[in-house]
Amino acid sequence: MTAVTNQTISQPLDRVDGPAKVTGRARYSAEIPLPGTVHAVLVGAVVPSGRTNTIQTGEAEQVPGVLAVLTHANLPKIAAQPRLFPSLFGHAAVGETFFPMQDDVVHYAGQPVAMVVADTLERAQHAAGLVHVSYHTAPSTTTLEQGRDRAYEPGRIFGGLLPGRMERGDPDSGLAKAPVHIDRTYRFAANHHNPIEPSSTTAVWEDDRLTLYDSTQGITATRLTVAELMGLPSSNVRVLTHYVGGGFGAKAMIWPHVALTAIAARYVGRPVKLALTREQMFSSCGHREEQEQHAVLGAGNEGRVTTLRHHKLSATSPFDDWAEPSLNVAAQAYSYPNYQGSYRLVRTNTMTPTFTRGPGEASGMFALESAMDELAYELGLDPIELRLRNHADADPLTGNPWSSKGLRECYQRGAERFGWRERNPAARSQRDGHWLIGSGTATAGYPVPAFPGLQPQRARARLYADGSAVLQAGTQEFGTGVATAMTQVAADGLGVPLDRVRFDYGDTELPNTAPAVGSAGSGMVSSAVHSAATSLRDQLVAQAVAQAVADSESPLHAADPSTVVVGDGRMMLRDRPETGETYSELLQRNGVEDAEALGSWQPTGMDTGYALTTFGAQFAEVAVDSDLGLVRVRRMVGAFAPGRVLNPKTARSQLMGGMLWGMSQALPEGTQMDSRMGRWANASLGEYLVPVNADAPEVDVEFVEVREDVANPLGVKGVGEIGQIGAAAAIANAVFHATGHRVRELPIRIEHLLRSA
Amino acid sequence: MRVTFTVNGERMTADDVWPGESLLYVLRERLGLPGSKNACEQGECGSCTVYLDGVTVCSCMVAAGQCEGREVGTVEGLADDHSEGSERRLCAVQEAFAEAGAVQCGFCTPGLLVQADDLISRTAGAGRGVPEDPEIREALAGNLCRCTGYEKIIDAVRTAARREHEQVGQEAP
Repeated sequence: MTAVTNQTISQPLDRVDGPAKVTGRARYSAEIPLPGTVHAVLVGAVVPSGRTNTIQTGEAEQVPGVLAVLTHANLPKIAAQPRLFPSLFGHAAVGETFFPMQDDVVHYAGQPVAMVVADTLERAQHAAGLVHVSYHTAPSTTTLEQGRDRAYEPGRIFGGLLPGRMERGDPDSGLAKAPVHIDRTYRFAANHHNPIEPSSTTAVWEDDRLTLYDSTQGITATRLTVAELMGLPSSNVRVLTHYVGGGFGAKAMIWPHVALTAIAARYVGRPVKLALTREQMFSSCGHREEQEQHAVLGAGNEGRVTTLRHHKLSATSPFDDWAEPSLNVAAQAYSYPNYQGSYRLVRTNTMTPTFTRGPGEASGMFALESAMDELAYELGLDPIELRLRNHADADPLTGNPWSSKGLRECYQRGAERFGWRERNPAARSQRDGHWLIGSGTATAGYPVPAFPGLQPQRARARLYADGSAVLQAGTQEFGTGVATAMTQVAADGLGVPLDRVRFDYGDTELPNTAPAVGSAGSGMVSSAVHSAATSLRDQLVAQAVAQAVADSESPLHAADPSTVVVGDGRMMLRDRPETGETYSELLQRNGVEDAEALGSWQPTGMDTGYALTTFGAQFAEVAVDSDLGLVRVRRMVGAFAPGRVLNPKTARSQLMGGMLWGMSQALPEGTQMDSRMGRWANASLGEYLVPVNADAPEVDVEFVEVREDVANPLGVKGVGEIGQIGAAAAIANAVFHATGHRVRELPIRIEHLLRSA
Repeated sequence: MRVTFTVNGERMTADDVWPGESLLYVLRERLGLPGSKNACEQGECGSCTVYLDGVTVCSCMVAAGQCEGREVGTVEGLADDHSEGSERRLCAVQEAFAEAGAVQCGFCTPGLLVQADDLISRTAGAGRGVPEDPEIREALAGNLCRCTGYEKIIDAVRTAARREHEQVGQEAP
């Protein structure tokens, strides 16, 4: 194996896409200048349940510039309905198994019932307002409260991947024997992702070949889904996605508007652009479901937790059994021998919920870590000490050792950085004027995706005779920094300077990789890129040392390849670096313009004999206005052990952003259902609150290094979600410490705390 | 109606503009300047922030007709030299955003840059020194970002302001 001397991995390099983004040159999916492009606008149902009665399109059709008004009466039917399956697996991946405008049934408010296409956006919007729809309204269920009596236990959830019920040990007897119990119910408002870029698609047909510019977290998922829906060969659909304005799960699955745009483009014979409005984003790409979780801890007086019973009740759509997997990480967070978990669902008139950052772990760990904090107070133990006493040295689910963990170090280093030991443990013991001050902590955990059936990850490496190199993989960049990190992986794998490497991505014609979901992007794509780059390097070294061919002019002729090292684009003998030549010299001497290699990596299954989970520890300090109940988060510290960090600058930003998502989940964010109308009541950025700059606390991220040898070749465990997990619990625990009042509902609102004032 | 105004120093005209059309729409759809982003349609998120006669506005909330004869500045005009073919130099705030890790998905970035540029020109650029954190946070409170957690944005603004301040200091007699 040839060694590489230059090292750019783990350097905090600036983003390669930074200049395009700060100059406004970056083109997002609704900004592709294609001649003749026309605009589509969706008309959503205003009732949550029933049927459309009449849809009058005449007035809209008369608007100058209108090319088509499509309804279930004239929209070409879909060819097939793909099943709901997480996009990570690399298949077609619809967000819900319902495709609108196939008949007159209305399942949820906002469901598209008509689509207008016109030459300008303004005309399309105007005409959309002139489509007159009347409804036969049926009774609806839109909240857990309305449907609680009709809850059911699904056999499986999450596209059939996870069981609806899990048990180990003897939870009944475990609870019966435990002298100390914490038995609590936690409630969670629905959340909408609200990436700053609303989803958009531009569709162009050339004969029977379709090109889509789509704001997606998975270009291959878009390709396969649209191909299946429209009955096209997959090879006839190309998806291009160079910039995506945030995803957070909203763009992880493929929602109906994407294929609707393609259908409209074929119908009118022009390129069609569809950009959802902010309001439509609340009923077009899923949400984190409204839910409640019942957690029961049974513990000994010394703080050893013997049992966790964790039941979840949540809202799903009329047609899919979806629940975000809230229980799994909580089930393996501590070493309880007895465990029981179950999901129950209520069918509601909403679209199918979906992945939302920290999908499941963010809610499940809120329940568990809030309960653990209560247990610590009940027993008079320091919350960190309680967690250490229950530390899982092996995975409680399987008994397997962790591939890497680092959680003890996360507690320790996070606590030091935060100043945890200086805290007075008594609740309501610290004031700053009329502000009550408190601090809280929580454990963070997020699985490294390891499943059977994941698709091979592929990349291509090409080196030109001038010494420049291109690495290609069909991934997509929605802000994570993957393009930058992959440039580093490519440079190190090939042994060429960073400025001689370009990373190409965002095109389904490139070798296929998984979508960027579930914190898996960097681990998956880096494995493929590393494989391609090192294959090409080894190929070139093999050529340089080859004895059989006539290239005896090669300075490395007949050398043992294991004695060759590569750096700055030059192959040389390790012991005699003056003996060697550049890749360029090798290719030029042989009259070859380029060299190319493909790399492939089969993702880890579940048969490694190890448990793969990323861990961390969260700390938060809050100030609560003793008169008004207003909560301000003053600072947050997170210590995380995500394995190899490819680029600390982009990784740190990811983790900080995740921590702010935790703060956002704790305080401002929540979508409220108006159950009388059956519609989301706050479907705008004016009313769906997210933190603004002036709300943001000081956020501090500490990396805890762990050596990870199982997950993938470079040991990357991922940073996309772990920053959020546990952060909301740390804040709620800090609110208790500040006020003596325990809030078991998210978001925490002023009215929860007014009585504590 | 016909609307003629100056965009980034260049005189531009849009024909057949509806009275209800926003400045943002005209910039993005008619004048080929999609740097300013459309994200909330109601002046809440700041992604469409531009200069109008030197004052920052949400261009989604300004009717294009109101801009007749006025001067508009967008993210595309922030760089020192944006003429075709020349090497584009980033302005202080663009450079600092790219360096600090203040850019992730990039969709809030154009509006934030214009707002930050305005803050810096009113403070450091006017000889008032580097703005304190609360002033930065307040000035940028109308620009939503979902990716970064804001911390690196503050870092970038501090850096750009410090450089601007130093430059102003050097230029002063």
